Amino acid sequence: MHDIQDGKAPALRVRNLETRFRTRAGHVHAVNSVSFDVARGELLGVVGESGSGKSVTMMSLVGLLPSPPAEIAAGEVLFDGQDLLQCEPRALRAVRGARIGFIFQDPMTSLNPVFDIGFQICEPLRRHMGLSKKAALVRAAELLDLVGIPDAKARLGQFPHEFSGGMRQRVMIAIALACDPDVLIADEPTTALDVTIQAQILELVKSLRETLGMAIVWITHDLGVIAGIADRVIVMYGGQIVEQAPVEALFASPRHPYTRALLRTMPSVRGPRSATLEVIAGQPPVLSDAPTACTFRARCAYRAERCDHENPRRREVGPGHDAACFHEFDEEAAVRG
Amino acid sequence: MAVRDLKKHFPVLGGLLRRRVGTVRAVDGVSFDIAAGETLGLVGESGCGKSTVGRSLLRLHTLTDGQVRIGDADVSGASDAALRRLRPLMQMIFQDPQASLNPRMTLGEIIGEPLREHRAGSRSDRRDRVHALMDQVGLARTFSNRYPHEFSGGQRQRIGIARALALEPRFIVCDEPIAALDVSIQAQVVNLLEELQARLGLTYLFISHDLSMVRHIADRVAVMYLGRIVELAPRDPLYAEPLHPYTRALLSAVPEPDPRRRDTGERIVLRGDVPSPARPPRGCNFRTRCPDVMAVCEREDPVLREIRPGRLVACHLHDDDETDRGSVRSGRDPHHHEGEAG
Repeated sequence: MHDIQDGKAPALRVRNLETRFRTRAGHVHAVNSVSFDVARGELLGVVGESGSGKSVTMMSLVGLLPSPPAEIAAGEVLFDGQDLLQCEPRALRAVRGARIGFIFQDPMTSLNPVFDIGFQICEPLRRHMGLSKKAALVRAAELLDLVGIPDAKARLGQFPHEFSGGMRQRVMIAIALACDPDVLIADEPTTALDVTIQAQILELVKSLRETLGMAIVWITHDLGVIAGIADRVIVMYGGQIVEQAPVEALFASPRHPYTRALLRTMPSVRGPRSATLEVIAGQPPVLSDAPTACTFRARCAYRAERCDHENPRRREVGPGHDAACFHEFDEEAAVRG
Repeated sequence: MAVRDLKKHFPVLGGLLRRRVGTVRAVDGVSFDIAAGETLGLVGESGCGKSTVGRSLLRLHTLTDGQVRIGDADVSGASDAALRRLRPLMQMIFQDPQASLNPRMTLGEIIGEPLREHRAGSRSDRRDRVHALMDQVGLARTFSNRYPHEFSGGQRQRIGIARALALEPRFIVCDEPIAALDVSIQAQVVNLLEELQARLGLTYLFISHDLSMVRHIADRVAVMYLGRIVELAPRDPLYAEPLHPYTRALLSAVPEPDPRRRDTGERIVLRGDVPSPARPPRGCNFRTRCPDVMAVCEREDPVLREIRPGRLVACHLHDDDETDRGSVRSGRDPHHHEGEAG
């Protein structure tokens, strides 16, 4: 597993992942043939709305989906020389929390309300790294410091409800970083937070990235957040990756109609104000069948005959930039007029 | 709509005997006007009191203090009977399209409920009206026998809008109507609200924490912090030149969807958390996080003052700027529909 991509070895490599859910009404093909890499020191942004498959993809990587009803039908998740999808649950547990850290959207439901913060941060330290209680508490205080919570030692004895939303999310980050993971996966970690608190958390993550150098996957629907912290971006729709690009290229010349439409519908706070908002007509697809045609075609401005019969594969459209679309956009396709 | 010195305080009960041990000053002296056909955006972060303001205007809360008028009618002091007569004029669209619709009622029943409540017309009149409303919001008439769970978030929000329009209101409080929706659907709902406003001559109070959407839909914008309005201005001047330090921080915190701008200057990152509304700081309630705090800020509460025509700020930084002491309106008289919104 020493392939080089853009000069950095991937910390995590996902190939052709397919995840389905078995329901009474049949299968839901939540993730269809998803492939991506994340390198050490890189922040990969994952953009998508509800139903795009972004969260299911990430949870599939480390076996966080209850199975049944979830089934991982195909794919490989290569991490540190092994395929996580082939691992025994025990081995996976060792990876999860220690080598791959997770941050979820709502810190109140991810933190156990009946245990104090110190206990919850120490848990992975004691279990995965075998630290003694005393040593773990010292490290826990260091971690709270690292994530910018003042008065760390005193706060170790406090409970989640004694912290504000932003503080709780910092605690989640501390827990996720506790064992110095190689990969950090954050699923909409700032979506539920106020914008000024979100700004604080984003500043924190940027500075941590400088000092810790791990691979980060950051899932969000907010393109503004992506623009602010991502190095590369993948855009997901209908259970598939529809575009992948370095962040500047994604905003400067998006090559998938969904990406282009998303960028157009966003009103901005600073730039010129548009008189009417552009919309993407229609609804996201229901994924009851494995797609045999393009999942975006019903809402696409560039729909053609071919789109109804074939599901486009990702193809290269620029350096490090690919899109799953048959349409050829102009070289310097600008989105905003 | 005219609002003067609105206050809504909630008691904090504690101890074995549940005695009052404190007060949450959710809304602490808020005043503004909204002219007919105008959209006033009300922005602020969680806990600032904006939703409480919306509910207080419709008297979904009993008011602790203050006056609310719609047109010439007094809302705040109205008797129950008078209030019931006023209700058709003022409606609300709620944030959570799932929680605000009764899951055991069909679409047709939900939209028709206000009509039944206020006994507006015969059964077939009501059915016709429900169909007309569904047309207006873009829901197929065939949906009227379906249940909310069969619809997407965006469609459920349309149901909520149709219901709000049923009694032909003049004023609608939109309480975070798009927050729970996907980005690609938000634009659809906002466009619908704008279209309805133009067609039906509606007046909106648009409550939201989403500054970019508010910029799109509002004519004027009020910024709230811990129960008070800290700035009120016409939309373009507010976004181009925010005067209150909190407004500036709020706008600067919104991530810009342009990666080329990401490391440039002016990012104001506030320290710390919002103080509890049960224990607001003495003096200016923003002083604990304000990058421009001065000595006077702890001694004196800044008053919301019109420092330039149409621009109101509550901040000691502008103590020398005031041109019109004590004025709350910003150039537009709601009772005579004169002048521009700004």
